[in-house]
Amino acid sequence: MHIMEGFLPWQWCLFWYMVALPVVAYGVIQIKKITDEHPESKPILAVSGAFMFVLSSLKLPSVTGSCSHPTGTGLSAVLFGPAATSVLAAIVLVFQALLIAHGGITTLGANIFSMGIVGPFAAWLVFKGVKKIGWGPSIGIFCAAVAGDWLTYVTTATQLSLAFPIPTFGAAFVKFMVIFAYTQVPLAIAEGLLTVAVFDYIMKLRPDILVKLKVISPKVEETPKAVA
Amino acid sequence: MVDKKPIILLCLVAIIVVAPLILYNGMGEEEGYFGGADSQAGPVIEETGYQPWFSSIWEPPSGEIESLLFALQAAIGAIIIGYVFGYYKGQDKERKRIEEEQE
Repeated sequence: MHIMEGFLPWQWCLFWYMVALPVVAYGVIQIKKITDEHPESKPILAVSGAFMFVLSSLKLPSVTGSCSHPTGTGLSAVLFGPAATSVLAAIVLVFQALLIAHGGITTLGANIFSMGIVGPFAAWLVFKGVKKIGWGPSIGIFCAAVAGDWLTYVTTATQLSLAFPIPTFGAAFVKFMVIFAYTQVPLAIAEGLLTVAVFDYIMKLRPDILVKLKVISPKVEETPKAVA
Repeated sequence: MVDKKPIILLCLVAIIVVAPLILYNGMGEEEGYFGGADSQAGPVIEETGYQPWFSSIWEPPSGEIESLLFALQAAIGAIIIGYVFGYYKGQDKERKRIEEEQE
């Protein structure tokens, strides 16, 4: 999903920066608020960010015969909301832009928009939706992570077709969808499975924090007492 | 009792990742396989006549250095997850021990 350095006309770079920056700024406020209210959620925030670090560094082969990487944003989006996730995604993307020449400073706004805003927002909505239907949190987090991962790549394809609608937006969109979105389907499923494994572990050991973050509903008999 | 669910999940992930390697066994980058999707977009854009107007401030000088930095990125993430999960696991064990003593 990284749009390479210099591969967007400067008007678009500016546009995506202007869209992304307010969300990241709001995310910083959100993180401050959540960690002030529930300081015990800080380690989980660190785990969510770390999970993105790991997953976005893994370039996995896909059945289409090319390689791509998961985003890992689903976990954080479900636990802390999409705005907070955009901050974590921005950190990952800056690291990759400066040190690994993946993505870039000019395209940072566009990449934050796809990986840090659209993907997490979709994941967050899907989790809420699945919860409303009444399915379990594991299924919810799986669907959320898959949707977040896949829609990130659909967004990248859309961004590139908007910037390069040659010959038409539709034709360009099909071209970029073939590159990004097909490859991503199995990887999105893999990301979903990994996210469930991590989420289940958190749910097993510290369900109390998930209850406080309003991710799962409280079950009195399962809430462990804090260690004195 | 060992919880089987995460093991099953990890096995499924392994199958998803290994399947393409089996499917395209013997093919390599020369045949156009296993290149990165991100870099595939580059030539498609350049076909439209577009010239990138900015290039990376710094690029890893070789594939070795690049893989070093990727491994570093994964290692930073993995150590944080391992540390926190290990801490929670120990906390959980201690809590159960205290509860048992009180009974």
